[in-house]
Amino acid sequence: MNYIWFFIILLSVIAAAYTGRINETVNAIWTGAQSAVEIALYLAGIMAFWLGIMKIAQKSGLVAFIAKLVTPFARLLFPDLKKDSPAIGDIAMNFSANAFGLSNAATPIGIKAMEELQKLNKDKNSASNDMCTLLAMNTAGFQLVPATVIAVLAACGAKNPSEIVLPTLLVTSFSFVFAIVIVKVLEKFSKPQIASSLKEDSDD
Amino acid sequence: MIKTIIDCISSWLIPFIIIVSLFCGIVKKVPVYETFIDGAKDGLKVSVNILPYLIAIIIAVSMLRASGAIELAQQAFGSFLAMFNIPVDVLPVMIVRSLSGSAVLGMFSDIANQFGPDSFVTKLTAVMVGSSETTFYVLAVYFGSVGVKKFRHALLAGILADVAGIIAAVAVANWLFL
Repeated sequence: MNYIWFFIILLSVIAAAYTGRINETVNAIWTGAQSAVEIALYLAGIMAFWLGIMKIAQKSGLVAFIAKLVTPFARLLFPDLKKDSPAIGDIAMNFSANAFGLSNAATPIGIKAMEELQKLNKDKNSASNDMCTLLAMNTAGFQLVPATVIAVLAACGAKNPSEIVLPTLLVTSFSFVFAIVIVKVLEKFSKPQIASSLKEDSDD
Repeated sequence: MIKTIIDCISSWLIPFIIIVSLFCGIVKKVPVYETFIDGAKDGLKVSVNILPYLIAIIIAVSMLRASGAIELAQQAFGSFLAMFNIPVDVLPVMIVRSLSGSAVLGMFSDIANQFGPDSFVTKLTAVMVGSSETTFYVLAVYFGSVGVKKFRHALLAGILADVAGIIAAVAVANWLFL
């Protein structure tokens, strides 16, 4: 991530020098910082709402019930999880919210699942295998109906906006399965984690 | 038909989840109001935690878009993309779709307006945007919220899955829309 971040910024400055858009590029820093804060503020309200509801669902035993239903699948994908881990219910809810395009519900619930996985993580600075798998599930972005895209097509007067539903579903299912397979394959080649007791926070 | 059913589920799912959660809470004698406040506090903490990560990602993406680097890439790779029947106007979407959701939606609207909603370019872009997820944003937010600094194989897996998604979108669009 360090190199990618550096590379994007370096590339921007080089391209700006070439196109003569150096002022625009510098201004983009300030507008970018501003919109990051706006997004975080926007997320704050939604996140607070969903985590509030999730806490009720959790205390009333609802999450545990859903978790029990999906445990066999979850243990297949997340072998390090114990049978009664609270993360299983969160992961299931996160996936369902994504599938139905409720991204503002999916993100807070996904983060909660990530926090549960972090509790089980041996090295708090680096992502565990299960955390990488959960991330792959989310970056692949499986969605049943691309509602916003259909809305844009309809607004532009497309003859049949919903004709993209099936092709999009094909592509999104493919990349979801691909993401899971690839993350599991890469897991085998990835450097194993070192327990944090041996290596105390070096760069914190 | 299937779409109406899914649409209906999508719009009723949120009220359903809320009512069922509250109902189960009341039945199990959970103090729902206090519990909600407790959870909401956690939510605010999370959004403060992810802010630095968001700033880092969004600044880099804004700089890239403002610098004109994407237009340069269009000039450089146009003929290469044409070999795979990918119109060069789709290239910015391919680059930005892993970086910023609002930017890619703006680009898609531009393309739909410019080329017409029933053109091949628009349909290809629609499939590409509809099946995309902002990988770098998800990485920053999810790992940022728990303070993970080493992403290990999650980064490469995310990028490879994005590339696979783009290839699949091109293949499916060429198959169904040409």
